[in-house]
Formats: sequence, structure tokens, C-alpha cells
Amino acid sequence: MPILEGKELRIVGFLCNWCSYGGADTAGVGRFKQPTDLRVIKVPCSGRIDPLFIVKTLLAGADGVLVSGCHPRDCHYTEGNFYARRRLEMLKRFLPIMGIDAKRFEYTWVSASEGQRWQEVVTKFTEQIHELGAAPKIVGAEAEETLKLMEAAL
Amino acid sequence: MQNLEDLKEQVRKALPELDVVIGWTGGYDPLHATPHFIRRDEDIDKLQVNALCVHNLATYLPSMRGKKVGIIVKGCDSRSVVELLQEKLIDREDVTIFGFGCTGVVDQTKIRRIVGDVGNIDSCEVSGSEVKVSASGTEHKLAMSDVLSEKCATCRYPNAVLSDHFAGAEITSTATFEDGYKDVVEFEEKPEEEKFGFWLKEMDRCIRCYACRNACPMCVCRDHCVAQSRDPHWLSQEAHVRDKWMFQVIHAYHLAGRCTECGECQRACPVDIPILLFKKKMNKEIKEVFDYEAGINPDATPPLMTFKAEEDKITERKW
Ligand code: SF4
Ligand code: SF4
Ligand code: SF4
Repeated sequence: MPILEGKELRIVGFLCNWCSYGGADTAGVGRFKQPTDLRVIKVPCSGRIDPLFIVKTLLAGADGVLVSGCHPRDCHYTEGNFYARRRLEMLKRFLPIMGIDAKRFEYTWVSASEGQRWQEVVTKFTEQIHELGAAPKIVGAEAEETLKLMEAAL
Repeated sequence: MQNLEDLKEQVRKALPELDVVIGWTGGYDPLHATPHFIRRDEDIDKLQVNALCVHNLATYLPSMRGKKVGIIVKGCDSRSVVELLQEKLIDREDVTIFGFGCTGVVDQTKIRRIVGDVGNIDSCEVSGSEVKVSASGTEHKLAMSDVLSEKCATCRYPNAVLSDHFAGAEITSTATFEDGYKDVVEFEEKPEEEKFGFWLKEMDRCIRCYACRNACPMCVCRDHCVAQSRDPHWLSQEAHVRDKWMFQVIHAYHLAGRCTECGECQRACPVDIPILLFKKKMNKEIKEVFDYEAGINPDATPPLMTFKAEEDKITERKW
């Protein structure tokens, strides 16, 4: 059993290739101490992040989702993060109607040189998720029951 | 409708220039209307416009592109036509819009809940204030206010927002934006677990028939809908509540800033899942952040299809 079992929560990060992934790398190279709950998924641009990726991640049982891209006006593709900002803001406002705490999702901007800032963002977001605790999981759904029945029949 | 004869006259005059005019006529029983495609003069006599004409006929327009189409619209339906124009999914010169002042349509679910068995309707009479239904020999007098569709009770656009012909007088509305979103505010005040639990229960009833999508005038992807695609594979083929719920969020998100709140999705749902709540929530936020409503101005760009370098109302989190 992994040593962190029970202590870690599931946090998924979507980072853009050009700024934030670089920022996370800078933090790593600088050996800044960071919590280990975050699992990073690299995408070409924050504009590539469909807000539905985040919904799907949350419905699949993640406890938190963090999105980070280049600072506004610094996008490698000029305007990807401007579109992203509108979409992500809408998602943050939408989550409560689903019964998902809006604090389980944050979006922010970190550049490739901001290792220190990355460390701060990850640390604060992880703390925030630990304060909320584990997210409600979707269990006992029909499909799982069906699978069980099928297994029993075989 | 008081000015039905005027409307018929307008249609009669315009018909020679058009391939078809879409309206409503009597349906499979006296309690239901059905979409009606007027091609010949004699079809005009069958035209029916009253509180049973629930269907948003704009849903047909994108698939009829290239034809000269006339369409009869309630106020809410006209917003769908405008939104389709905004997104260049139909061409203004090919569409002739017949508007009228709408006094509201019924909610068949509400009628069913009061009347009980609606399988055997003998007759139905609709007036401004009452719906008289006779079902299996029993007479029911329903007050219009008890069976009126929710959207109509708080309607702010009873007159077509864009039209080429308008029958009768315009209707005035005193409803405010806030009036229409009281249900959203009320629901949102509940604790997170209660809301999450509510949707788990509601969404588990979904039979994945996609009637909600097919009825939506803005769901124009048809055979390319991500719900059926395996690449990308957004949804599995399992009957899992997670997938059903995910689809409803997909619908709400693909409609963000585009949904005109016609309510067709929820009306079409055979198991009455309150999915309109998701769309209303999104619209409420769109209005708050971008001061925008879909389907009002044919020249406006939907807010998620554009941006401002400095956003007026988005305050980002400072870490
Ligand atoms: S749900 Fe989305 S993908 Fe499907 S038809 Fe509607 S807009 Fe298109
Ligand atoms: S999502 Fe529902 S309310 Fe919105 S446009 Fe489509 S059918 Fe109408
Ligand atoms: S119409 Fe209702 S049952 Fe059918 S897919 Fe939509 S939500 Fe599910």
C-alpha cells in the first residue's frame, strides 16, 4: 500500500505546455518543496481545456481540479487564455448548481519562470482541498450493479 | 388567438413566394397540437394557434436551409430564430417570420398531474383563463394559471423580437429578469450534498433517449453529437448515472451563451427530469458576467465566442 494512502487526495492539474508546465518544471528543478497530491496533465494551451474535461474529472471522483495557463497577454498562441478565462469563469459559477463546491476548482496563471509562484499555488490549492476533504463519490449506480449481476451469472 | 384570421391572411399572401410555412394544427387528440407544414392554400384553414401550440418550430429551420421557409413564432421561439441567425446557421433572406403577441402555452405535465389518465381525451377547449378538458367521460375545468408553463409565467418577450409580419396587437410584459430565476436561486441555497444527491436521483432516471437534444433548436450537430461519438469518447455505452449526468452538463455547456431558454429540452423529456435548471443557471451567470442574453440581437456575438483583454466583471483569484 502506498505510504501516502489515506493522506493524499486526488487533485488533477491541467497545465499549458508553454508557461505553467514550464513553471512547474522550474519549481521542480529548484527543488521547491510541494505537496504531492497533484497529478499533472499537460495540454498545448489553456484554450485547449474544454471546461467539460473538468466536469468529467470531478464526476469521475477527483477531489479537486486546478487549471493553469500563461498570464493574460502572454499566451503562446496570443489569445487562447482569453477564451479560456471566459469558459473557466462560467464553469466555476456553474458547479454549485450540481452540488459541487466551487472551491474544488480554481484556475490561475503561472509563467515558466515563476517556480516560486507555482509552489505557492499548488500548496495553497492542496490545502484548500484538504480543508474540504474528499469529494462525494458516485457509487451504487446501476451499471456497477449490472456488472456484478453479470459476473455472478457467468 | 384573437387575430388568427389576420395571421391566416398574412400567410395566404406570402405563401406563393415560399416553399413552406411552418405552424401548428390539431394533434392526435384534442389536448395536443402538432407542427403543421403549410404548402397549399387549403392547409392554411387547418392552422391552429392557441395555448396548446407548445412546440418551438425554429428547431426545423437549420435542416431546411436553402429553402424559402415561413415560420410562425411565439416570442420565445423568435429568440431561437434570432440566435440561429446570429450563428449564421440560417439565412435571413430565406426566412419569413410571422409574429404575434403570445399569452402563454400550457405545460402538459401539469395537466396530466391534475387530470390523471390523459389517454382518452374526448374534448378540449382553451380560452384565455381556462382549459376545459373532458377525459374518459369526466369533465375537468383547469385554471390557466394552474397549468401554464413556468417560462410563460415570467415571460419578458411575449412578442416576436424579430418579425416580417405581425398579427394583432403587441402584449406588454411587466416581468423582470430576476422573476425568471427565483427557482435557480432557491435551489442553489440548498446544501451541496443535498443538491448532489438530488441530481444523482434525478439523473439516474434518464433513459438516454436524447429527446432533450433533438428538441433543442440550437443542438445542430445532429449525427455528429459527442453523445454518440466514440472518438472522442466522452460517454460510455453503459447506463451509468455518471454518463447520463455528464451528458446534461455537456448540453448545458454547449449551449452556454446560446440557449434562449425556450424550455423544449425539458418539455421533451419523457421522464420529466428538471434539466432546464442547468441551462437557466448558465444563462443567469452569462447575464451577470457579460450582461448578455441570447437571441435578442441578430448582430451580437455570443459571449463565449469572443473575449476582452480586460474583462469587466471577471475578478481572478489572487494566489
Ligand atoms: S449536445 Fe452538444 S454536441 Fe450534442 S447536438 Fe447539442 S450542441 Fe451538438
Ligand atoms: S437548451 Fe433547452 S431551453 Fe435552451 S435552447 Fe435548447 S431546448 Fe431551448
Ligand atoms: S430527454 Fe430526459 S430521459 Fe431523454 S436523454 Fe434527455 S434527460 Fe434523459
